Amino acid sequence: MGELRLMKGNEVIAEAAIRCGCDGYFGYPITPQSEVMETLMEREPWNETGMVVLQAESEVASINMLYGAAGSGKKVMTSSSSPGISLMSEGISYIAGAELPCVIVNVQRGGPGLGTIQPSQADYFQSTKGGGHGDYRLIVLAPSSVQEMNDFVDLSFELAFKYRNPAMILTDGVIGQMMEKVELSDFKPRMSPNEIEKKYGSWATLGKPKNRGRNIITSLEMDSHRMEVNNRRFQEKYKQMEELEVRYEEIQCDDADYVLVAFGSSARICQKAVDIARNNGLKVGLLRPITLFPFPKKPIGELAKRVKGFLTVEMNAGQMVEDVQLAVAKTKCSVPVEYFGRMGGIVPTPLEVVEALKQKLIGG
Amino acid sequence: MQITDIINPENLVYEKPKLLTSNTMHYCPGCSHGVVHKLLAEVIEELGIQEKTIGVSPVGCGVFAYNYIDIDWQEAAHGRAPAVACGISRTNPDKVVFTYQGDGDLASIGTGEIMHACNRGDDFVVIFINNGIYGMTGGQMAPTTLLGQVTATTPCGRDAAMNGYPLKITELIAQLPGTSYVTRQSVHTPAAIRKCKKAIAKAFTSAQEKKGTAFVEVVSTCNMNWKLPPVEANQWMEENMFPFYPPGDMKDGSKHDIHPNNTVKS
Repeated sequence: MGELRLMKGNEVIAEAAIRCGCDGYFGYPITPQSEVMETLMEREPWNETGMVVLQAESEVASINMLYGAAGSGKKVMTSSSSPGISLMSEGISYIAGAELPCVIVNVQRGGPGLGTIQPSQADYFQSTKGGGHGDYRLIVLAPSSVQEMNDFVDLSFELAFKYRNPAMILTDGVIGQMMEKVELSDFKPRMSPNEIEKKYGSWATLGKPKNRGRNIITSLEMDSHRMEVNNRRFQEKYKQMEELEVRYEEIQCDDADYVLVAFGSSARICQKAVDIARNNGLKVGLLRPITLFPFPKKPIGELAKRVKGFLTVEMNAGQMVEDVQLAVAKTKCSVPVEYFGRMGGIVPTPLEVVEALKQKLIGG
Repeated sequence: MQITDIINPENLVYEKPKLLTSNTMHYCPGCSHGVVHKLLAEVIEELGIQEKTIGVSPVGCGVFAYNYIDIDWQEAAHGRAPAVACGISRTNPDKVVFTYQGDGDLASIGTGEIMHACNRGDDFVVIFINNGIYGMTGGQMAPTTLLGQVTATTPCGRDAAMNGYPLKITELIAQLPGTSYVTRQSVHTPAAIRKCKKAIAKAFTSAQEKKGTAFVEVVSTCNMNWKLPPVEANQWMEENMFPFYPPGDMKDGSKHDIHPNNTVKS
């Protein structure tokens, strides 16, 4: 049993980073995630593990600091909230194009624009469909508890290095700000440059020894034929993620007539909604995508063969519902897929969810 | 006697620096980039730091610098090279890092990044090529374009009322306490080249000694976009650029020379 603590989601991100052997954090303050950097600065991990923590002058700078450090093979991360992630999108595209591993935490707030500092899930499209320019994907993990804020930091790094691709923890102000019991991970030592090279190959810019060619980190390729080869390699990688890395949780779906589909904090609300519905004699289950990219298309397709309808519950105007519709359409089953959500920083209540389920799918 | 008879080691008076690759440079004839690349290759070789040097190339004509100097490189997004270099040097304090940036990259789109890296005193070298024009995109106005200078986007000459004034960013950088050595050089004559090489070597030594950000501006020619033959471009630079961007050292110190008044009393 690891160390048990009562902590905020944002604080856990910081603690988990130190414990998993992260080499560096570069960030810029923005509500509702500033506790990540504040916790790191209080913990002073540079004295403990040698981890570098730096407050950058902007989100633009922090993501490019990540590019530089990741390009030298380091395990590095940043965190921000929606407007900050928009600023980082250029850098994220370059990181994806240069095939560098790193972890980006988005503690979402409502938009568009400056929007609100209250929680939201409106960056689903931005996170799962690319966000910046060019054909690329992020590995996107959506924690629905403070415990998963801890667990997904290490997992994100593992996946980021496995695929040499940026990974995003897509959470929101609810999970970031709420306190829960958490079992912290054990400490892992930071990896040395030699260990990194042994495990992941020699691509990092650590200075060119006489016995190898230059390592060059770049996303640029002027020859279109060679650029297309690069694009094909990226697509192949994303396809492999879709085959191997789909993660999801099914709650009471075995006998369900209706299935709620929700991620992150919405999934927590839906768990309560499932209980309320079942107390009212309705057989309702919940499918919780844990990876938003790759999206759990297959399990949704399987459920489509035997349920009467899906309701996605999202804190946005209906974004993930499109992916559920696609997954269902692929099965050629004519099962209705509906959406219910709140926006602007409003968190839906379980009763609202049950009401929406009755109205949109069951009737009456 | 044939010409080949005298090509032998005894008669060798000059050779290509070992760290300069054999790739054909894409730079236009007469451009200053090639000379500065050669100086960088010589300095890195002479200081014996090839195995721990990481270069950061910009967006602009220097984007392909990684094809020409035989070291590890990272290619940064437009203007972001100082942030990239900061990420490398902070997490690899034993390495020697430098950025290679043009005037559009450093003084326009990347003004924020260069100012803050220099103000933090990140221990890397900045090589700043200032030719007063955008080269790669085809001769548009740069932040350092002189008043009255004709470019693709100032066809009647840069007008202060419309475009503001040429930016003396190196003078601003020299004010920042995080910098160590700040200098302005050129490479248009053999004497200037020798001086510039000394300045680059000093900058690399200063960064290795963790004295702060070392900044070398090289006032350069872009004869292609200035639409001048190389020799006339050099003359134009002396007559027009030097009065506004005079060569010489602006600061020789260390980020550790701090002013006590910068710190709160309690």
